[in-house]
Amino acid sequence: MSPAIELIAINKSFGAVHANKDVNLSVARGTIHGVVGENGAGKSTLMSILYGFYEADSGEIRVNGKPIAIRSPIDAICAGIGMVHQHFMLVEPLSVVENVMLGAEGGAMLRVGEAKVRAELARLAKDYGLEIDVDATVGDLSVGLQQRVEILKALYRGADILILDEPTAVLTPAEADALFGLLRSLKEQGKTVILITHKLREIMAITDRVSVMRRGEMVATVETANTSPPELAELMVGRRVLLRVEKDEKTPGAPLLEVDNLSVVDSRGVLRVASASFTVRAGEIVGIAGVAGNGQSELLEAIAGMRQPVLGSIRLEGKAIHSSEHNPHRMRQLGLLHVPEDRLRTGLVPAFPAFESAILGFSDEPHLGRGPILDHDRLIADLAQKMEQYDVRPPAPRLKSSKFSGGNQQKIVLAREIERNPKVLLVGQPTRGVDIGAIEFIHRRLIALRDSGVAILLVSVELDEIMNLSDRILTMCGGKITGERKASQTNEQELGLLMAGVVDEAA
Amino acid sequence: MSAPLDLPKWADTILVPAISVVAAFLVAGLVVLAIGENPLTATRWLLLGSLGTGEGLGFTLFYMTDFIFVGLAVAVAYHAGLFNIGGEGQATLAGFGIALVLNNLTFLPGFLLIPLGILGAAAFGALWAAIPGYLQAKRGSHIVITTIMFNWLASVLLVYLLVNVLREPQSMNPETRAFPDASHIPYMHDVFAAFGIEIPNSQLNLTLVLALAASYCVWLLIYRSRLGYAIRVVGSNPSAAVYAGISPARIIIIAMVISGALAGGLAVNELMGYQHRLLLEFTSGYGFVGIAVALMGRAHPVGIILASLLFGILYQGGAELAFEQPAITRDMVVVIGGIIILFAGALDGLFRRLVAHLFARQKLARA
Repeated sequence: MSPAIELIAINKSFGAVHANKDVNLSVARGTIHGVVGENGAGKSTLMSILYGFYEADSGEIRVNGKPIAIRSPIDAICAGIGMVHQHFMLVEPLSVVENVMLGAEGGAMLRVGEAKVRAELARLAKDYGLEIDVDATVGDLSVGLQQRVEILKALYRGADILILDEPTAVLTPAEADALFGLLRSLKEQGKTVILITHKLREIMAITDRVSVMRRGEMVATVETANTSPPELAELMVGRRVLLRVEKDEKTPGAPLLEVDNLSVVDSRGVLRVASASFTVRAGEIVGIAGVAGNGQSELLEAIAGMRQPVLGSIRLEGKAIHSSEHNPHRMRQLGLLHVPEDRLRTGLVPAFPAFESAILGFSDEPHLGRGPILDHDRLIADLAQKMEQYDVRPPAPRLKSSKFSGGNQQKIVLAREIERNPKVLLVGQPTRGVDIGAIEFIHRRLIALRDSGVAILLVSVELDEIMNLSDRILTMCGGKITGERKASQTNEQELGLLMAGVVDEAA
Repeated sequence: MSAPLDLPKWADTILVPAISVVAAFLVAGLVVLAIGENPLTATRWLLLGSLGTGEGLGFTLFYMTDFIFVGLAVAVAYHAGLFNIGGEGQATLAGFGIALVLNNLTFLPGFLLIPLGILGAAAFGALWAAIPGYLQAKRGSHIVITTIMFNWLASVLLVYLLVNVLREPQSMNPETRAFPDASHIPYMHDVFAAFGIEIPNSQLNLTLVLALAASYCVWLLIYRSRLGYAIRVVGSNPSAAVYAGISPARIIIIAMVISGALAGGLAVNELMGYQHRLLLEFTSGYGFVGIAVALMGRAHPVGIILASLLFGILYQGGAELAFEQPAITRDMVVVIGGIIILFAGALDGLFRRLVAHLFARQKLARA
C-alpha cells in the first residue's frame, strides 16, 4: 500500500534562510506520525507547504502514491488534507454549524447547506465520538471543544489526512487526554494523523512513528517504540541535553513577597483574579500551574504594578506597598523585577536594536548615559558582555531585536532582569517558544538565582517545567488559587485535577 | 509569510524614495503630455525655476525651511505612534503667539525680541497641540479627528481675531500692524552682504539655520535621549511601555507638545522672516505638506531635510512653470505635487517590497 503522504526532496528558502533542505517524509496510511524539532527547525514550513500556504522551491508531493501540485489550501483540501492550526481559525460569535459551513456554504441560500452540515455532523459524532452541541456559540465553548470544532471542520471537508500543529498547547491535561483518545479513534477508522509538537511526552504517548527535524533538515525517522525522550532530544538539538535540571533541597528564608487577598479586574470588567493569597520566600521558587487564560497573566501583571488590583495588598520584604507606589517603575526600584510572559509584545521592542531592548524599563538609570542623553557605546558594550555570559547568538548588540530566535530573545530579557540583582523575580513562561538547548540554560539560571536567595514566582503553562523547577506549586483555575502542594509530594494527575478546578480537599 | 522586507540602510533611505520620485515624475509627465504640453520642457522649467537661478534657489530654500519644521512636527508625533494632522492649525496659533509677543513688547531690542517671538510661536503651537494630545491620552479621542477639527478652529479663530480684535482701526485688511523692525529675522542676502558677499535677494532668511538646528535637536531627542527612547517605545509597542513603567498618556502629551512647538517654526519663517505682520491664511496649507515630507523622509531628520528640499523645488519650480507655460496652471502643479505625495507616501510600500524582493533574489543567487 502506498503511503498516505510522501514528500520528496522538498526545498524552500526565505531570502537567505534555507528553511527546508532536501526534506523527505513518508507517512503511512492509518498511522499517527509525529514531527518534532526545535523552533525554526522547519516543521511549520514543511506543513505549510503540504497545506498549500507556501509553494516549495523544488521537490515533489505525493498523496496516496499520486504526485500532485498543491498551490493553495483549496488544493490541499481537495486532496483530502485538513489542518488544525495552533491558533484556531474560528468565528467566535457564530454557532458550531455556521463555523463548519464557513467557506462551504453550498449556494447563496444557507438552508440547504445547513441541513447537509447537520446531517454530516451527526454522522461524524456517531462514527468518531465527536459529540458537540451544534447550535452552541463557538465563543462560549471551552478551548478543548473549540479545537473539536476545528477538527470537525477538517473532517467535514473530507479530510483523510489531518495535520495538527501543537494541538495541546492550550489544553488541560484532561483535555489533552480526550484529544488523544479522539486521535486514536480517527486512526482506527483509517484516517492518517500528522502531529507537530515539541512535547516529547506526547510523541511517546500517542505516535506510531516520529520524524525529527533540525535546522531545516530531516535528521531521522524512527519507530516510536524503539526510541526514548533523551534520544529524541539529542536528535533535535544535535548534542546531549539534560531534560531535568538537578537542584538541591533548600530551606527557604524570610518571606520576600506576600500577596494578600488580591483581586484583579480586566479592562472589560471581568474578574480575572479572585482573592489570591500566597507567600514567596527567599531562596524559593513558587510555581503557578494552570491552563492558559485562568488569571495567571493578570496576577503577574498586578504584582508587577502593570494593573491596579481592585482589592487586596502586597508586601515586599515585609513592607506594605501603598497603591500610589504600586507601579512598574517603583516596583523595579524596590527590587521586584519581571520577566514578562510575552517577549515580543511586552518584554522587548521588536523594532529596536537589541541594545535598546536591553534597557527596557531601566532607561532612567543614571549610569546609562549623561543627563538626558543615553550613552549608546556604553549600552552596546554592556550588552555585548551579557551576550557572552548568556551565550546569545548571534552576539550582535546592534541587531534588531526581532531578528533573534525566541530562545535568544528570552536570554536577552533574562540577562536584563537577572543581572540587576532582583530580590523578587516574577517569571512568566520563561521557555515558551524556546529551543531545548536554551531551556536547559534558562532553567539552570533560575535555579542558580534561587540558590542565591532570590524569591521567584514562576508562571508557566508547561506542567513539566513547573514540576521541574518549583519548590512549591500553586494551581489556578478561573482566577482562584485552587490548591497548594510541595513539588516533591505531588504528581501530574493531582495537579491536573486542581488545575481543572476540582476543589482541594486538603484546603 | 510575505517576502522579507529587510533592506540595506542606503536602499531603504535613499534608493526607495528615489525610485518613488522618479516614478512620480514619469506619471506626472504623462499628465503633462495628456494636456498637450512637452513634459521635458516642463521639467526643464521646473528645475531651472527652482535651482537654476540664485533667486529661484533662495525661494526654494525658503519653502524648504517651512517644510522642515512641519515635517519634523509630524515626525516627532509619528514616533510616539500619533498622526498629527494639525500642523496647519498649530502653525496658525503660533502666528497669533508671535503677534502677541512682538506687538506688545515693541520696546525690547532685537536680540531679546526675536528669541521671545520664537518662544511665543513654540508655546502657542505647543498649546494648540497639547489639547488634542490630552484628549487622546486621557479621553481616547482619536488624534486624527481632533487635530483636523483643531485646524478649523484655529482658522476660524484667526479670522475672528484679525477682523474684530487685532486689526488696526484704520485698516481695511484683516491683518495686524507691522511687527517692529527689530523683530525681523535677517534676510540671508543681508547677512551675506554684511560679510561682503553678494547673493540675489529673496525671502530666504536665517530661519533656515534654525530649521537645520531643530533637525539636529530632533535627531538627538528621538534617537539618543531617554525621553526619545520612551517616545519610541510608546509608539512602537505600547504594552511594552506599560511594562517598562513608561506612562503612554504622559508621553503622548509630551510628544504632541514638542510636535506643536516645531510646527510653530512655520509661522516663524513666514511671519518673522518675511511677512512681518500677522495675516490670514499665511500657512497656505504647508502644514499638510509636512505629512508627506515626514512620510517620504521616513520620519528621520535627514530624510525630512531631503524631502523638504524636493518639495521646495516643486513649489518654487512649479510657480515658475505655471508662469512660463500658461497651459500648465497652478492647479496642474498641485496635481503633480499630489502625484508625488501619492507615490512617496501611499505607494512607498509598493516599491519597498519590489526592491526587497530583488535584493533577496540577488542574495540568493550569490549564495
